Amino acid sequence: MPADATATAVPAAMPKPLSPIGEFWGYFRANRGAVAGLVFVVAIMLVAIFAPILAPHPPDLTNDAVFLKPPAWQAGGSWAYPLGTDAIGRDILSRLIFGARLSLLIGVVVVTLAIIVGVTLGLIAGFFRGWLDTAIMRLMDIILTLPSLLLAIVIVAILGPGLMNAMLAVAVVVLPHYVRITRAAVITETAKDYVTAARAVGATRARLMFSEVLPNCAAPLIVQASLGFSTAILDAAALGFLGLGAQPPAPEWGTMLADAREFVLRAWWVVTFPGLMILGTVLAFNILGDGLRDALDPKLKR
Amino acid sequence: MLRFVLTRLGLVVPTFIGMTLVAFFLIRLVPGDPIETMAGERGIDPARHAKLLTEYGLDRPVFVQYAIYIGRVLHGDLGKSMITQVPVLNEFFALFPATMELALGAIIFALVLGIPAGIIAAVKRNSIFDQGVMGLSLTGYSMPIFWWGLLLILLFSVQLGWTPVSGRIDVRYYIEPVTGFLTIDAWLSGEKGALRSALTHLVLPVIVLGTQPLAIIARMTRSAMLEVLGEDYIRTARAKGLSSLRVVALHALRNALVPVVTVIGLQVGVLFTGAILTETIFSWPGVGKWMIEAISRRDYPVLQGGVLLLGVIVMAVNLLVDITYGIINPRIRHAR
Repeated sequence: MPADATATAVPAAMPKPLSPIGEFWGYFRANRGAVAGLVFVVAIMLVAIFAPILAPHPPDLTNDAVFLKPPAWQAGGSWAYPLGTDAIGRDILSRLIFGARLSLLIGVVVVTLAIIVGVTLGLIAGFFRGWLDTAIMRLMDIILTLPSLLLAIVIVAILGPGLMNAMLAVAVVVLPHYVRITRAAVITETAKDYVTAARAVGATRARLMFSEVLPNCAAPLIVQASLGFSTAILDAAALGFLGLGAQPPAPEWGTMLADAREFVLRAWWVVTFPGLMILGTVLAFNILGDGLRDALDPKLKR
Repeated sequence: MLRFVLTRLGLVVPTFIGMTLVAFFLIRLVPGDPIETMAGERGIDPARHAKLLTEYGLDRPVFVQYAIYIGRVLHGDLGKSMITQVPVLNEFFALFPATMELALGAIIFALVLGIPAGIIAAVKRNSIFDQGVMGLSLTGYSMPIFWWGLLLILLFSVQLGWTPVSGRIDVRYYIEPVTGFLTIDAWLSGEKGALRSALTHLVLPVIVLGTQPLAIIARMTRSAMLEVLGEDYIRTARAKGLSSLRVVALHALRNALVPVVTVIGLQVGVLFTGAILTETIFSWPGVGKWMIEAISRRDYPVLQGGVLLLGVIVMAVNLLVDITYGIINPRIRHAR
């Protein structure tokens, strides 16, 4: 341990013990990066909600007078199209704004699916052990062994390209993380006294699973969910880029990049901005997830 | 030791069987039976359809079909491409060296930059350099590499004209394949300019594919190094009056690299995933591009065989890493 570790310990005079949420917020707030990530995520959410108000044009409106118009600050650009237009005259800014809706939708759907299925399987594996546990965990090992995007690609190739199938495929690919976390937490928790006590007073298995053990597994799941948003957005965008995710004319950022590929030689803006949005959003969720982990995990607390 | 290796080998068998199950049943999720799929949009007359079904054993129960399939897989028969009629295994190994060359280049790139960056960041903890490395590492980890590739093409190929946009070597050169690694073959051929051409084609794809492993390795090296630097024996070494450089390079690094080696092994999956995107962007003729093309042509045997082969390679590398780790670290070996 470096010398400064003791210096940042709890201040001497603390009036009353903080609530768990207050304590969490105290740790989280101290991490400037994590707060910045949170601010960015909230901003993207607001943009997604108020997309019709914020966007200067409808996302699918083509205008054959303004093919590949450069951004406003470049020669030939105009403030009617602040970030320029694409090859069929659609406003890039408006498409990016509406694209935020799709990316967040992807994150929510994938993480929700993965949590529901993953937590259920993890609870079953952790509670019942035996052959069920072995079967579930082996299956998860197989999913983890196959390169993630490759598996997602094959699933989509077989189910057919499209946003829904892409989300389903990504959810399958990220599933093992949720199963493993839940199972590990369940096994640790069931060994503790409070579970034995609950069992001794006659709590049913379902009650043990859902009202005793599950709430205590929440912290690692919250962290994984935040990091899971970034994986979901990144993988779904990669599928979109390969033509397997959201289909044109949907303003999904990865799909926009796929459309933009052939113009890389003469229109830098159609390529640059959608990728910047993907990077920014994924980075924000990753920083947020790291911050949540540091604030929630007592072992890492300095 | 032998017991340890055998246990690990034993764990691979169910995973392999599971992978063949996944490969076998995924293809069966395609609507219609394989004969209809093979016939494609042209259609097929019912009599010939029935005959082919019997011929391929597709009228037998599913588990019999699976047994036939796994028997063929174990004999190295992964079926033929529906488009080229070439055995999948032959196509795979013809293209695999290109992917290997790319992946090896990427991992070398990641190691050469990542390990020193991680060490310096740990030694100069909380410095501007450290914060820079950590920030860049997080950015690299979050990078959509298909976009990163396009940006690099925009900058180095379009604006500066330094590197070619796609392919492995200039069309002027014909290089006889010896090793399958074009940089080595070009060098062996002794043709003037061929090696240079192969290298300039390689550099951008290598950077693109190496970015995520670089981010992970830098981060991992830093945290492993920080942990080791806090140990008592390092304090002892410093107390003896050894120079800082000596302590870091001789005493700390050796132990810090153990977890890093594991992480390098685990990058194989990341590399294959990245190779699919990188090869697509740079028209790099490897297995990733081959599989993406198989999707658009609905060439299911290629897809099925490719997934299985890549999965087996990842599994084999993971096993090797596991065993190596056990050899380096006796605590793992003996912990049941």
